Amino acid sequence: MSLISILFILLFYFSLLLFVVGLARKVAQYWRTPAPFKIPIAPAPQTLPKLYLRMLREIFLFESLFKANKWTWFFGWVFHFGLVLLFFRHLVYFWPGELPEILLHSSPLRFAAFPLMLGLLGLLGRRVIVDRVRYISSPSDYLMLILLIAIAFTGALMTFFHNHPNMLLVKNFAQGLITLNWSELPEEGIFLAHIFLVLVLVAIFPISKLLHAPGVFFSPTLNQLDNARKKRHISSWALEKEENENGQDLEKNN
Amino acid sequence: MSDIKVEKLKTYIETPLIEIDSMKGVGPFKANKETQEELGFPGEKIDNWKEVAINKIADTVSKYRSVQVFLDICVKCGACTDKCHYYLGTSDPKNMPVARQDLFRSVYRRYFTFSGKYFPKLVGAKDLDDEMLDDWYNYFHQCSQCRRCSVFCPYGIDTAEISMAAREVMNSIGVGQKYSNQILGKVKKIGNNLGMPEPAFKDTLLDLEEEIEQETGVAIRIPIDKKDVEVLLVAPSADFFAEPHIDGFIGYAKVFHQSGVSWTLSSYASEAANFGMFIGSYEVMRQGALRIRKAAIDLGVSRVIVGECGHAWRVAYSFWNTLSGLGGGAGDEYALQLQKQLDKRYPQPQHIIEFTYDLIQQGKLVFDKSRNDHRVVTFHDSCNIARGSNMGDIENGQFILPREVIKAACSNFVDMPIETIKISTFCCGGGGGLLTDDLIELRVKGALPRMQALKQAEESDAVNTMAALCAICKSQFSKVLPYYEFDPYMVVSVHQLVGEAIILDKEPKSKN
Ligand code: SF4
Ligand code: SF4
Repeated sequence: MSLISILFILLFYFSLLLFVVGLARKVAQYWRTPAPFKIPIAPAPQTLPKLYLRMLREIFLFESLFKANKWTWFFGWVFHFGLVLLFFRHLVYFWPGELPEILLHSSPLRFAAFPLMLGLLGLLGRRVIVDRVRYISSPSDYLMLILLIAIAFTGALMTFFHNHPNMLLVKNFAQGLITLNWSELPEEGIFLAHIFLVLVLVAIFPISKLLHAPGVFFSPTLNQLDNARKKRHISSWALEKEENENGQDLEKNN
Repeated sequence: MSDIKVEKLKTYIETPLIEIDSMKGVGPFKANKETQEELGFPGEKIDNWKEVAINKIADTVSKYRSVQVFLDICVKCGACTDKCHYYLGTSDPKNMPVARQDLFRSVYRRYFTFSGKYFPKLVGAKDLDDEMLDDWYNYFHQCSQCRRCSVFCPYGIDTAEISMAAREVMNSIGVGQKYSNQILGKVKKIGNNLGMPEPAFKDTLLDLEEEIEQETGVAIRIPIDKKDVEVLLVAPSADFFAEPHIDGFIGYAKVFHQSGVSWTLSSYASEAANFGMFIGSYEVMRQGALRIRKAAIDLGVSRVIVGECGHAWRVAYSFWNTLSGLGGGAGDEYALQLQKQLDKRYPQPQHIIEFTYDLIQQGKLVFDKSRNDHRVVTFHDSCNIARGSNMGDIENGQFILPREVIKAACSNFVDMPIETIKISTFCCGGGGGLLTDDLIELRVKGALPRMQALKQAEESDAVNTMAALCAICKSQFSKVLPYYEFDPYMVVSVHQLVGEAIILDKEPKSKN
């Protein structure tokens, strides 16, 4: 096996490890940390179905962002939309065994690269042009967009300019990663760059602002029901404190 | 009054270009040793403040999911940047919600994240040094914790949570704000924000009883410390003496008179306001809530009703059940002790607007609307009520009920532009512990978006009255309206409108 293949195989598992461990730690931390108060933000839902609907609207439609700024919403939404479609499209490589019917027809999804790219360029443009957004941007904010643009660009180059490596080879390689039956990686430069950048993205996920993806589910302003008067909500640490105090009171009284 | 440069009002809200450091400064007056120690904070800035502050940050992120998650997940999309009235009014970029959070976030990143520890420049991580602390003190006291930014953030990131946490961290190292902490000391010692002792409190209300009788010819009682009545009314103490608040208080008394429901004030818990929220202290906020719990138990009331105050209603509605078990649906003994005493037929606690609204629905209040015919009324949604509470337990009840009450008492009601009311309401500019003269420039500038909206309503509908439902809003507007060439007396309590139009019976109705 070529040195490059070995390197990429190692890199793949290393990134995956960082991703899984890092993300698990973060999610566990969010899970464990109590929300001591009811702080849902208006318009706060009062029933569970409405709460789920709110979360779904935020996650799939970016409702609050839509209220805030139509341009950011548009670029942000088409970018994420493209991302989801392309993610789905890439299952072709990782799907074990026979492809299900739906994936066989997923080839047109490659055009999702265009909204993806449009969205990213739009977001980058805003970051550079709008003085307020420029002010709040750190180098990492630009780099994140540039990384995504580079991934999209290398992907699109392969797909639309006929220098795609043999799909079967790619599939074999990807399958090998899953089944631990490793095979040789095609060595076209653009392809290697594409894979490399994706692995970087995967690796930095848990230590970057990409945490917004799992984080949004834990945002107490969004995921809480507006029922503070009807049901007592108390955090573990506050309850403990209360019990200690009451214990002391009882002692005093006795 | 004249030394603050006020922009000429346009009839629309414009997003300004950033003006770096335009509001840089030393912030509001700092609390002295005595004030700080009263609340259990160090008397002055301690020597090892940095270490203590960083430990306090660690403690806060481990106790508050909001802070932990919000610090991590902001993507710097910029959607919130033009949503803060202080940014719109001052153009200082550090008043953009995300930039305000970044003061905290950059320190958090520096000491608690991999990228911030090893690549600080890359991710904008910064040391907690004197300069940073100065910025914290200055800019976390330019946030009224109104939560408007949270409405527009795709992840609901609430800058108020961050600014509360920051103030808590600063208090823990002995850097506190004079205005808020002094008031909290008074509540702790005496029971209300004014530090008005019991005899003065009783005298004031006795005088008020007389005044009302002279004016209306009806003997309307304002009971204090009466046991075994139905309702304990907890109002912001400004209601007892300040203008225009007091006319709203008279309105409550008239409504109680007509309702026939027995009620009382408590001289022990004579304050609905709870500045403990502003300084982000669970413990201080809890002490305020416990006073009210104690008053309710001692007086043996079955209902607790809260007067017109914005943050007080958020604390009551959203936090009392947590802090002191004043609410419903508890499983623990501590809260049940109080909850057994409370009447389950009513929401606990209840807002005075809910009380009045219910009476109107039942046809128990009769109004002569013509007494308010000289007014064209608009309504300022207070931020804490609008975005942190509910009324009537119906969706958007906090917007519907006050408007219905106003409409029952007035013939002419119009709303200000939709993007400035309800969930998108603009803060009055004086909330969150900023209602102090040493912040007057900020207060005037922060009121700009509301003033612009009011101007629009004045031009399109000849609005001449703005009703408010919050003691802070009322004081703030009375003060800043003249800067924008409005009549300071155009701001009124909702219950002033109610009180003026209500038709009184000579004798209180007996309860049916
Ligand atoms: S809207 Fe939310 S995610 Fe976007 S910059 Fe503001 S705080 Fe960050
Ligand atoms: S909570 Fe209100 S005052 Fe504070 S940053 Fe957000 S919009 Fe501005």
